[in-house]
Amino acid sequence: MRFPIPLNLESAALRAAGKVSRLTGRGGGTTLPGKLLWKLDPDAIDLLAGRLPQGSVLISATNGKTTTTAMVAEILRPRMRVAHNNSGANLVSGVASTLLRAGGAELGLFEVDEGALPEVARRVRPKALLLGNLFRDQLDRYGELEIVAVRWRDAVAEMPDAKLVLNGDDPQVGDLARLHGGARLFGLDDPRRARPALQHAADSKYCLRCGTPYDYAAAYVGHLGDYTCPNCGHARPALDVVARDIELQGLDGASFTLHAPEGETRVQLALPGLYNVYNAVGAGALALALGVPIDEVAAGLERFSAAFGRFERITIGDRQLLMLLIKNPAGANEVVRTLVEGSTPRVAVIALNDEIADGRDVSWIWDVDFEPLLEGLDTLVATGERAAELALRFAYGGLPRDRIEVVPSLEKALDRGLELTPSGGDLAVLPTYTAMLALRKIVASRGHVTNYWETAA
Amino acid sequence: MKIRVGHLYPDYLNIYADRGNIAVLSERARLRGHELAVQAIGIHDAVPVGEIDLFYIGGGQDREQALVAHDLAGKASALREAVESDAAFLAVCGGYQLLGRYYRDVAGHEQPGIGLLPLHTIADKRRMIGDVLLDCAWAGQTLAGFENHAGRTILDEGAEPLGRVVSGFGNDGESGHEGARYRRAYGTYLHGPLLPRNPWFADHLLSEALAHAGGPTELRPLRDELEHDAHTISAARARARGGKF
Repeated sequence: MRFPIPLNLESAALRAAGKVSRLTGRGGGTTLPGKLLWKLDPDAIDLLAGRLPQGSVLISATNGKTTTTAMVAEILRPRMRVAHNNSGANLVSGVASTLLRAGGAELGLFEVDEGALPEVARRVRPKALLLGNLFRDQLDRYGELEIVAVRWRDAVAEMPDAKLVLNGDDPQVGDLARLHGGARLFGLDDPRRARPALQHAADSKYCLRCGTPYDYAAAYVGHLGDYTCPNCGHARPALDVVARDIELQGLDGASFTLHAPEGETRVQLALPGLYNVYNAVGAGALALALGVPIDEVAAGLERFSAAFGRFERITIGDRQLLMLLIKNPAGANEVVRTLVEGSTPRVAVIALNDEIADGRDVSWIWDVDFEPLLEGLDTLVATGERAAELALRFAYGGLPRDRIEVVPSLEKALDRGLELTPSGGDLAVLPTYTAMLALRKIVASRGHVTNYWETAA
Repeated sequence: MKIRVGHLYPDYLNIYADRGNIAVLSERARLRGHELAVQAIGIHDAVPVGEIDLFYIGGGQDREQALVAHDLAGKASALREAVESDAAFLAVCGGYQLLGRYYRDVAGHEQPGIGLLPLHTIADKRRMIGDVLLDCAWAGQTLAGFENHAGRTILDEGAEPLGRVVSGFGNDGESGHEGARYRRAYGTYLHGPLLPRNPWFADHLLSEALAHAGGPTELRPLRDELEHDAHTISAARARARGGKF
């Protein structure tokens, strides 16, 4: 059934629903208006998106889509008003909610859930699309990685006119360039930063064409890297936009040379870790494809600090809390690697929830290489709904049981972690998605950060 | 005593944290003064029958499973011989399916299995995903885990399941059966991984492997407080939200 839409009236009512949701303490209320719109009149999303004078841009990936999208938003901020789903609500309903609040915006910039990409793309008809990577994640929601890859292939085939920006270092993603004329490919080119071996959690490690294990000249993050099939020759495609001469500066940041057809420039990021270099080079490649000059791209990337919960630093009294979202093996491995390269924390609070947004299947924690953390760790505070399971992961990984405290309550675990952290020290907090939202709410209620919906544009 | 484990295709079949199962077996053996010696058995590797006390095969995505299925067929008689000679065997998820007679995919293509367990599997479009709780009356114990499979596994008449489904889908969502057991071989869809939160089953496998190795099968009890808590929570999850059609 289709409601006739006096859109102005309807939008006001739907925005009011979001406000009620916030006032009644039901969290951000960021998707409620969109959910209502989606129910009442799904086609209205197409219409709202069509009103944006500069059109829309979509970004999807298993890992890094929130940070990459926030980086693009920062690059574009001086140039135009952007409607951006910066609360992380990345299903169709979240995009719809952002569109409802998009009055006056020129461009829609949306991070999109991997599984929701085809539906969102069909409705929003983006002028540009960035696809970052595909890792095993939430198999309890999607079944298998291959199912998502097939959906992406179909979505790309349906958008011949959109500008396509692809991570060429991911075999599955880079291969999409074949389906589309003029795709831009990005990746890393600095073998000094490669991993000595393919990680346990690497996924697409067998040749797409013939099934032979790829040879990696360099494996950077999970299965992302410079691959060649020794049997049939399928290899990483030639890259257009590349990060070279990468310097990792512990927990303080990272720098690299952004090399593109438009020119070359040095970029100093305030975010650490090789995975953030991937996010930055992807964001840069997309902004360049949208016609932003390379010096503005670099300036935007350098202004960027952190997306919420992704390497966010929060000052609590004389201690610093480092909040690092973990959600799947490949992403968590990079968080661990970056932490250890800084200096291993002596106290860590790790929070494992198993709601739908976290993944109900918690087996992924056993595929994370947490082991580099063990040596320097005096105390692990295991928390969240599945705190005991997490504690077992560390116990069987070799952390003595007397150094593990199981504190299921997130608030109590946070306080315990702060208590164990020496004055002036850092407390590393690694939560899954819903635990991150809950922990942020706790520190917000104590006045240390603002709630994410209050920072929403 | 040395317990010799043959881990089949660890590079291909490792999707649901199968290395967690191996880590649990290894640590629980060590705490009792034994040593778990794990040997990878990959594509083109021979199966050293008689020299392996416990085989392990995990799960993969369809793509990885198809890559190993052909090689596994060449190992079928050696693996059957090992099980008939009382080696222990744990097969999880995709590995469990491969031990049956065949697997028929949604398009109707049949992939032969090795016929080590008395069952076959037919894929369906609807996946069975969720928490599971089993009652293993044969051991007087329960098993808690997570399942995610498109295949419906049907046991032969008279074949023994690993357990009766208390909550969740199990083999096919209908029969009330989950998994299969034959001699010292066990197949199951439960991952999570299975052994950390079900330590009794890890010890049961170790005892059977020790029996094959000719050693003492008695294992000193461990305190297992975290294991007990993790089991309780996982079991409660299954009761509250285990899948059903």
